Amino acid sequence: MKTEQPLVKIRNIFIQGRSDEDWLPIINGIDLDLNRGEVLGLIGESGAGKSTLGLAAMGFARDGCRIASGTVEFDGIDLIAADAATKRSLLGRRIAYVAQSAAASFNPAHKIINQHTEAPIQHGVSGRSESEKDAIELYRRLRLPNPDEIGFRYPHQVSGGQLQRAMTAMAMSCRPDLIIFDEPTTALDVTTQIEVLAAIRDIVQQFDTAAIYITHDLAVVAQMADRIKVLLKGDQVEESDTRSMLDDPKQDYTKSLWAVRSFTREEKPLASEDELPVVRVRNVTASYGTVPVLHDVSFDVHASRTVAVVGESGSGKSTVARCITGLLKPSEGVIEFDGTPLPADYRQRSVEQLKQVQMIYQMADTALNPRKRIREIIGRPVEFYLGLRGKEKTERVAELLDQIELDPDQFMGRLPSELSGGQKQRIGIARALAADPKFIICDEVTSALDQLVAEGILKLLARLQDSLGLAYMFITHDLATVRAIADEVVVMKDGRVVEAGGKTDMFTPPHHDYTNLLLSSVPEMDPDWLTELLDQRGVDNIGDAAIERMEDA
Amino acid sequence: MDTVVWLISWALAIGIVGGVFRFAGQKIRWPSEQLNIYFRDMPLMVGIGFVFGVVLLYVVFHYYFIEKSTFFRWAVQGFVIFSAASWLFWTFGKHVGTRGSRKLFRKMPLTAAFGIMTIIVYAVLSIFAGVLAPYGQEEIFDKINVLPGGDLAAGGDPRFLLGTDQLGRDLLSRLIYGGQNTVGIAFMTTILAFLIGATFGFLAATLGGWFDQVVSRGVDAMMAIPQLIFALLLLTIATAWAGSNKGLITLYMIVIIAVLDSTRVFRLARAVGFNIVVMDYIEAAKLRGEKLSYLIFREILPNAYAPLLAEFGLRFCFVFLTIAALSFLGIGIQPPLADWGTMVRDLSQFINFAQFSPLTAALPLMAAGAIALLTVAVNFVVDWMLHQSSGLKD
Repeated sequence: MKTEQPLVKIRNIFIQGRSDEDWLPIINGIDLDLNRGEVLGLIGESGAGKSTLGLAAMGFARDGCRIASGTVEFDGIDLIAADAATKRSLLGRRIAYVAQSAAASFNPAHKIINQHTEAPIQHGVSGRSESEKDAIELYRRLRLPNPDEIGFRYPHQVSGGQLQRAMTAMAMSCRPDLIIFDEPTTALDVTTQIEVLAAIRDIVQQFDTAAIYITHDLAVVAQMADRIKVLLKGDQVEESDTRSMLDDPKQDYTKSLWAVRSFTREEKPLASEDELPVVRVRNVTASYGTVPVLHDVSFDVHASRTVAVVGESGSGKSTVARCITGLLKPSEGVIEFDGTPLPADYRQRSVEQLKQVQMIYQMADTALNPRKRIREIIGRPVEFYLGLRGKEKTERVAELLDQIELDPDQFMGRLPSELSGGQKQRIGIARALAADPKFIICDEVTSALDQLVAEGILKLLARLQDSLGLAYMFITHDLATVRAIADEVVVMKDGRVVEAGGKTDMFTPPHHDYTNLLLSSVPEMDPDWLTELLDQRGVDNIGDAAIERMEDA
Repeated sequence: MDTVVWLISWALAIGIVGGVFRFAGQKIRWPSEQLNIYFRDMPLMVGIGFVFGVVLLYVVFHYYFIEKSTFFRWAVQGFVIFSAASWLFWTFGKHVGTRGSRKLFRKMPLTAAFGIMTIIVYAVLSIFAGVLAPYGQEEIFDKINVLPGGDLAAGGDPRFLLGTDQLGRDLLSRLIYGGQNTVGIAFMTTILAFLIGATFGFLAATLGGWFDQVVSRGVDAMMAIPQLIFALLLLTIATAWAGSNKGLITLYMIVIIAVLDSTRVFRLARAVGFNIVVMDYIEAAKLRGEKLSYLIFREILPNAYAPLLAEFGLRFCFVFLTIAALSFLGIGIQPPLADWGTMVRDLSQFINFAQFSPLTAALPLMAAGAIALLTVAVNFVVDWMLHQSSGLKD
């Protein structure tokens, strides 16, 4: 085989997407080369066309998209001109794809291993028993727990991180020459992400597979890729190998991407002992039915300060928020607001009490009624709480839109579907502000957003806090966010507070074991970070495995 | 047995010719590259489909021009005329009107345009029945059993284009008035069914708990009884109450069918409502302290329009068929009011003459055709709306 020939060769490709009746450009003439055994990182904001380009490397365009011109060659085969049979023989066999959400991509009605063996059997690579054996071997290499048995479960019976690794194993089932990873860890917790990253990197190296790794997380791509290509709105910004890209980015856009994580706020001095906290959570214990979720949780939130509640999914951080808002009645303990206890059920709270506690949601898509215009979404709380109507109401809405840096004339009459993700989140903030509250719960407000957009939201929240004296409770699993915005940190695990204190203290050792694990699992921009961490902690002492170990001890 | 052999051999022959067609298409170098690719990627079933289409066209041609079978010719002519009319309507809509309506028409499939056009025609005929119908629905003439066509030699009469029934009533007038009665009553019934069903469905979804349990189990119990039989039973009781007051019977019928059909609407509204109630914006509204009525009418309802509207079209068809069926059985819309179900029943014995005199057999088929056409039209529109609403979710 000619080794000097690149495995994938894309030349001057133009891809268009259908919008109503026009074809709009998604990719404008990009070249891409990928050698055997090489990992190429594709990064950019959402809408930059990175997934579309990744799929184009398979000769595939999503529904509503088309490859308008250009060539895609895979190992000398022209994929655009290839007939259906040729493509069928390549896809799954020599080219594999790992999707962002493994949970949504597995068929819930079939056992994992049956889905794994489908491709090898279909392509005639191996028989059923043989490929099952191979699957178990791959599960072992990817360090899935109980490799002999895990494949015989249904997708809903394993955790998200395990499913993502099972999907990587599935992509490996025919030992392809090329795997396309489309944001495989974006939906995962940091501690789980690190396991998946280590597993993917390991197995790609072992089998010398070429890969295209699509992500918007720079720190992740720094660990995985040999070369990085930066995309912006369908155009290539720059491309070079990982180290020189990190050390010496050429273009301004790349530099701005690199600078994202630089936003931090000084920790404000601790509030004095006798100052009354805005919200005080006192010894709250709660359960869903008979399943206990919170055990004796206590913390205070003071005016103009941000308390970050961190922990993995399932640690009970969102449940605390539900107790504070009154959606879940605690079985013990009380929530105090300005020194007076709030009724446990939101239905028993007065309008004034409801007004003071507002919430900003993680998914702006489901938090805004898709059939209402921005004017109504923000106008309703203005009318409901402040009793403003007509012209006064419109003025107030315009003022709020100004505060969140959106032009009132332009946005007032729009529907949520006509906004970008970041703009939707800003509307969510405006709706909370419309009530003129003292306390706002921010539930993972930035985790669904790109880093650049997320930074804008964090800056906005910080500015609003300074000008309006708001108290925030910031629920997140992203420690970079915590570092940026928090004054105090509460670390939760299994419904308990394991550590709490000021931000500076929290980020200086010694830590509780769990905090330490969380902190060390946050990817850094250094390309050697993962290697060093694995050397330091050992491959079996990261992620879930480390947590299990902690519980045994 | 012969039929089976005949069918299998035809299927085989079409299959083989389809395969040959595809193979030949792949071997031939076509002048256009697109055609080359088209044949290369053509699945076998598409090739067979082409051959089947050709066979079908021949069959149509044969029966139309050679056998000259009357009903078949009518069907083909009707099909062609309606297609042409709806294509014209479609083209008209694409070029005339506001920007929004033109865009709507551009994205609309031809079937939906056909459906909308047919519904408009029905609506106009029904609403202006008094002006458009040549005679009154109860008017009796001395000529009975006049055949349709208006050709005196063939037993028709130019005064009665579609003929008269056994009592000498003009069928064209009765068809038009029948539309008014049948469609009008069906429309009212459906609206009532939606008012009841959607209100209870959304309440059950929002309140949950015991309210949901009580109402849902009650609905389950009602749905366990076959609808037509239940309706017959209740109508019999209602008829006894109403005595000889025919208007009252119609009113009872509307209420009974509406209540029975609202069970289906309830199920849909509840399911749709449950999906909406879990959304964060509902939680936000609840935490704001909004009242139940605001939650249901301002937050939930706007998001449930699409599925409810689609269901409205479908439900309308069912209600309409139920009324026609009840009238056919003699307890629906009462004579002398014209209605399509009754017309089919009254004229049904003429269907026996189909072999000797197709024109005579056409008498009951006209009312039946009116029912069928409206049902098809409504379903075309519903399909399109369902497609639209599922597209919105993406």
